[in-house]
Amino acid sequence: MSASKNDKDTSREETEGKGATGASSKSRTEAREAEREGAKKGRLARWRFSKKKDMPGGLWLKCEACSNLIYRKELEEAGRVCPKCQFHFTLPARERLQSLVDPDSFLEMFEDIEALDRLEFIDSVPYSEKIARTVQRTGQKEGLVCGKAQIEGRSVVVAILDFQFMGGSMGEVVGEKISLACDVARRDGLPVVIFTSSGGARMHEGALSLMQMAKTCSALSRLHETGNMSICVMTHPTTGGVTASFASVCDIVLAEPGALIGFAGPRVIAATLKQELPKGFQRAEFLINKGMLDDIVPRDELRDRIARLLDYDLGTHVVRRSKQPATKTDRAASDRSVASGDGTDGPDRGVPNRLREGISEN
Amino acid sequence: MSDSKRPQNAGSKSSTTPLPFEQKIQEIEAKIDELRELASSSSIDVGDQLESMERQLEEATARTYSHLSPWEEVGVARHPQRPVASDYIEEMLDDFVELHGDRTFGDDRAMVTGLATMGSRRFMLVGHRKGRTTKERLETNFGCAHPEGYRKAWRKMKLAEKLGLPIVSLINTPGAYPGIGAEERGQAMAIAENIIGMFTLRVPIVVLVIGEGGSGGALGIGIGDRVLMMEHSYYSVISPEGCAAILWKDGSRSADAAEALKLTAKDLTALGVVDEVIPEPLGGAHRRRDETIATVRATLLRHLDELDGRDPDEMIEARRDKFRRIAEIEGRFPSV
Repeated sequence: MSASKNDKDTSREETEGKGATGASSKSRTEAREAEREGAKKGRLARWRFSKKKDMPGGLWLKCEACSNLIYRKELEEAGRVCPKCQFHFTLPARERLQSLVDPDSFLEMFEDIEALDRLEFIDSVPYSEKIARTVQRTGQKEGLVCGKAQIEGRSVVVAILDFQFMGGSMGEVVGEKISLACDVARRDGLPVVIFTSSGGARMHEGALSLMQMAKTCSALSRLHETGNMSICVMTHPTTGGVTASFASVCDIVLAEPGALIGFAGPRVIAATLKQELPKGFQRAEFLINKGMLDDIVPRDELRDRIARLLDYDLGTHVVRRSKQPATKTDRAASDRSVASGDGTDGPDRGVPNRLREGISEN
Repeated sequence: MSDSKRPQNAGSKSSTTPLPFEQKIQEIEAKIDELRELASSSSIDVGDQLESMERQLEEATARTYSHLSPWEEVGVARHPQRPVASDYIEEMLDDFVELHGDRTFGDDRAMVTGLATMGSRRFMLVGHRKGRTTKERLETNFGCAHPEGYRKAWRKMKLAEKLGLPIVSLINTPGAYPGIGAEERGQAMAIAENIIGMFTLRVPIVVLVIGEGGSGGALGIGIGDRVLMMEHSYYSVISPEGCAAILWKDGSRSADAAEALKLTAKDLTALGVVDEVIPEPLGGAHRRRDETIATVRATLLRHLDELDGRDPDEMIEARRDKFRRIAEIEGRFPSV
C-alpha cells in the first residue's frame, strides 16, 4: 500500500472515530430528515454506511474516506469507487449483479419471499411498516438477491446482500435465501458465490434472526460435504451475525479494499473500551494481515478473479466429482436452463480459451 | 424453630441482592430474619407470627413471579446469586477434570471445559464461566469470551467426538467480548467455525441456557440436538440495552426493548426456537439452588439417555434439519 493511501486510511479512521463518540443528536436528526427527503424524491437515499455525511438529492457528495467532494455521476460511472482515494462505496445488489455476471445470464430465484413481522415488533414505527416502506423504496421484497447465473461462462449460484434494504440485515428471509442458494448449489452441483454488506442480524426479528446464523451454517455444512466451492466476498461493511456465520466459513473469503469487517461494530468497541481504536482497525487490510482473509481484490478485478477461482471447482477434480449428487448431464442441463434465459447467448460466449476447455468437459 | 424447617427461599439478607421488583419479597424476608433472631435471643414464642409471615412470603413470591415482565426476567437471569457454571460443576457433577487452553493462543477464563461424570453418564462439558466474586468476574470478563475461548471449546468438543463422549454446553454470556484483541484474533471467524463445526460432530450435544443467552457469543457453543432453557433465562439477538440504544436511541428504554425482542424462555418455546424449558423453583434459581441443580441434573440425564446410541450420521442430519427449519412456519419457504 502506498504512503498516500495510508494517509487516507488515517483520515477515514478519524472520521469514524468522531462518529463513534460524538455525532450530535442535531446532526443525526438532520441526516434523517435529509434521508426522508431523498426517499421522497425516489433517489438512492441510503446506500452509504455513514448517514450523517450523506447529501442525497445533490449532484455532489463527500467521500466518507477522503472527504473530497465527488460528482455523483462520476462516482456511479466509476462503479462507486472514489476517483480520488479508491474507497469502495457500498454497491446496491443489482449494480453488483450487473458488474459480476454475464449479460442476460441471471435467473433470479426466490424473489417473492417476503418478510413477516412475527414478533409484532414496534420501536418508533411498527416493523411491518418499516418493511413496507423499504420494499417500496427499493423495489425489492427483501435484502438478498439470489439466483443462478454465469460468470465468464461458468454456471454459479449467486447470492448478494443489499445494504439498501435495512442495512443488509439478516432476518428469516435473508437467512432462508442464503440457505436455499446453498441447497440449489448442492442439488445442481454448482459453486456458490456470496457477496455480503450487512450490519448483522436484524434485531426486529429477535431470536429468529439469531437462528439464521445457525440455519445458514447448517445449509453450508451440507454444501461443504458435496465438495462444491463456496466463495464469499465481504464488502463494506460486513459485521455482526453475518461475519460470525456463513460469510466467514466459505471456502474462499475475499474482501474489497478498505471494507470494514468485524464482529462488533467500531462504535460498540469504542464505547465499551472508552478509548480510540487503532488506525485502520477492522479494515480489510487489517484483517488480511491478521490472517483472516484469502485476499483483497479491487472491485474492477473481482469478476476475473472469481472466474479464475471457479476454474478450480469446475476443473480437474475428477475423484471428487464422482461423489457429487449431480451428474455431469445434470450440470450441463442446468447450464442450458440458465443460458436459455436470454435465448441468444450460449454458455461459451466471450469465454477465453483457457476457460472454455474446462466447460467443454461438461 | 429448627433450621431444617426453615424454607430455603427465606434467604438471609446477606445472600440475596435486591431486584427492584422483589422489594415486597425482600421486606418480608427481612422481617422473617428479624423474628428468627428474636426467637433465638429470647424466649418469646414467635411460631404463629413466623408461620403467617412465611405464608405471606410464599404468596408475595408467587404473585411476583407469576407475571414477571421480560425485562424483569432479564434481571433474574443476571442475578449475582444465580447458579453459574462453577456451581453446576461443583454441585451437580460427580467428577470433573478441567482441561485448559486452545493450544493456539491462550486459556480463556470466560470459557470452562472439561471431562465430566454425572450419575451413569460421562461427557464433555463446555460452558461460559461467570465469576461469583468481583475478582472472578473480572478474571472471566463477566462471561464474555474471546476467540481463544471459542477455539478452546472447539478443541475440547473435537476431543469428545474422538472419545465418543456426548457434549453438554452451558450457555451464560452477555455476548462475545467486543474488544481490539478479540477482533484481531477473529472473533467472528471463531464463532462461525464453531457453529458450522458443531453440525459435523458425531456425538450427541445437549445445550442449556442457564442464564444469559447473549447473541452470537451464545450461539458459538449453541448448536445441539437439544436446546433447553432455564425458566428465567433469556436468549436474544442483542442485549435489551444495546437494542434500546440503537432502535430507540435511548438506552433507558431497555424494558421496552426486552418486551419487543421476545427473549424469554416462554416466548422462544412458542416460536419454536427452544425444545424444552426447565422449570425453576418459586422465586428463581437464586433462592433454591439445590432444588434447581437437582432438576437440571435429572433433565440433562434424561436427554443424554434419549440421545444415547443414536446413529451418528442420522443424528447429524437431524441436527442440520432442526436448524435448517428452525422456528419456520410450515410451508412458508420452498424446499429444494
